[in-house]
Amino acid sequence: MSHLAAHNSAPQSNIEIQPFWDATAKGQLLLKQCKACGEVHYYPRTICPFCFSDDTVWIEASGQGVIYSYSVIRRAEVPYVIAYVTLQEGPTMMTNIIDCDIDSVRIDMAVKVSFVDTGEGTALPMFTPV
Amino acid sequence: MSIRNKAYIAGAYEHPTRHAIDKSTPQLHAEVAKGALEDAGLTKDDVDAYYCAGDAPGLGGLSMVEYMGLQVQHIDTTEMGGSSYVAHIGHAAAAIAAGKCNVALITLAGRPKAEGMATGTKPRAWGMDAPDASFEFPFGSTVTNNYGMAAMRHMHEFGTTSEQLAWIKVAASHHAQYNELAAIRKVLTVEDVVNSPMISDPLHRMDCCVITDGGGALVIVSPEIAKKLKRQCVRILGHGEAPKTRIGGRIDLTYTGARWSGPAAFAEAKVTPADIDYASIYDSFTITVLETIEDLGFCEKGKGGQFVADGNLISGVGKLPFNTDGGGLCNNHPANRGGMTKVLEAVRQLRGEAHPSVQVANCKLAVAHGTGGSVGTRMGSATVILERDDA
Ligand SMILES: [Zn+2]
Repeated sequence: MSHLAAHNSAPQSNIEIQPFWDATAKGQLLLKQCKACGEVHYYPRTICPFCFSDDTVWIEASGQGVIYSYSVIRRAEVPYVIAYVTLQEGPTMMTNIIDCDIDSVRIDMAVKVSFVDTGEGTALPMFTPV
Repeated sequence: MSIRNKAYIAGAYEHPTRHAIDKSTPQLHAEVAKGALEDAGLTKDDVDAYYCAGDAPGLGGLSMVEYMGLQVQHIDTTEMGGSSYVAHIGHAAAAIAAGKCNVALITLAGRPKAEGMATGTKPRAWGMDAPDASFEFPFGSTVTNNYGMAAMRHMHEFGTTSEQLAWIKVAASHHAQYNELAAIRKVLTVEDVVNSPMISDPLHRMDCCVITDGGGALVIVSPEIAKKLKRQCVRILGHGEAPKTRIGGRIDLTYTGARWSGPAAFAEAKVTPADIDYASIYDSFTITVLETIEDLGFCEKGKGGQFVADGNLISGVGKLPFNTDGGGLCNNHPANRGGMTKVLEAVRQLRGEAHPSVQVANCKLAVAHGTGGSVGTRMGSATVILERDDA
């Protein structure tokens, strides 16, 4: 498992999103799906942002996705890749692309989730090229 | 009901400072308020409504009305980041039209430069209790890499190039050379921009706005008061505002809220983009301008790159003279919020008081557009259409 970089930090959690962060420690990426309208959303909420139903449940994502967009920030202690990854389940999430040559990252590149331990009982869901 | 012709901009003032090491933030707010009231020919005691946003210190509006000694009957602290002050114009006009007030003061001020703020390149938390914070802050989300992602996607979908984006900075610099107060007065070339250091791909240092201190203020008045004032007033014709979000993860970074705020403002004003003589377009980054002019309808979506590379933004050269004070890209970006200064230059243009080298001939109709938050995440858009009073 990789370690947190200088630009990373452990997430602050709260009661609503605790299941998401607890699952990361077990290597699971959870999403919220609405049982009323069927839509999957991100970041997770109790009430569906599409139909406002409170009948939402946690589902486990496959961890597969493609890069929607990215940017390598050069003006940082150590340059890093921020990205939006569109998951197989539909939603697009903000993340980092890691364990690759930062200059090789491209839009539409296939990636898979890779968890990075925060040392605080959680892990950050990052992505690496497949 | 509409705000068309129901209110006027009577006073406008831009603080001359770009580096306020010798002033406090409340002091800057009061100095710009005083400047705008003097410009209008009104006094502090005429003010019966006050508008400010997140840059106002303390408890915002309450702290500032106490500090300035204002006794108002209407207060609005709508926070839409850098677009707030453009939205405030619409809100003030509506309040005046509804009879809630007659003289509305809007202020903006801040000193990010004096405070040594790494505005664009350090992760900024707007409050760790924000619902989005846990899903962005841990990944090193910054203003610049967020806008970088928007630019990258626009390039991917539409073939926009760095050279095309650079033309936006080039146009701003052509205007800024005449502004003695501008932070950057050197006339820049496309090569200067694309050869400047990369901040966050594909945005170079010269794709970014300047970081400055300063501020500005506006006084909005009823038609009855405008009629009594000696100062040339600017008529408010229309206003639109719209937040744009990531819609539960259905992200599209190639457009802004201007896609909604623009048509709303044009419809209320009963004019079209083709009627516009001058445009103030929010310019935190070159990509901000590119997406906005597409969304406002000045060119087709995806064709912004060609539009700007044809020199269309340069006053005296192109179809859409923009940001003739040099804008945020070259002149100033007080408090990291450029909505106020967009309106100030639009007012100068409509009064015929822009620098003669950039003044649009017979400028009758202007648009001022503000952007707030981040095009890469949550953003606010606000548009106003303004008309010269004798037009
Ligand atoms: Zn739903």
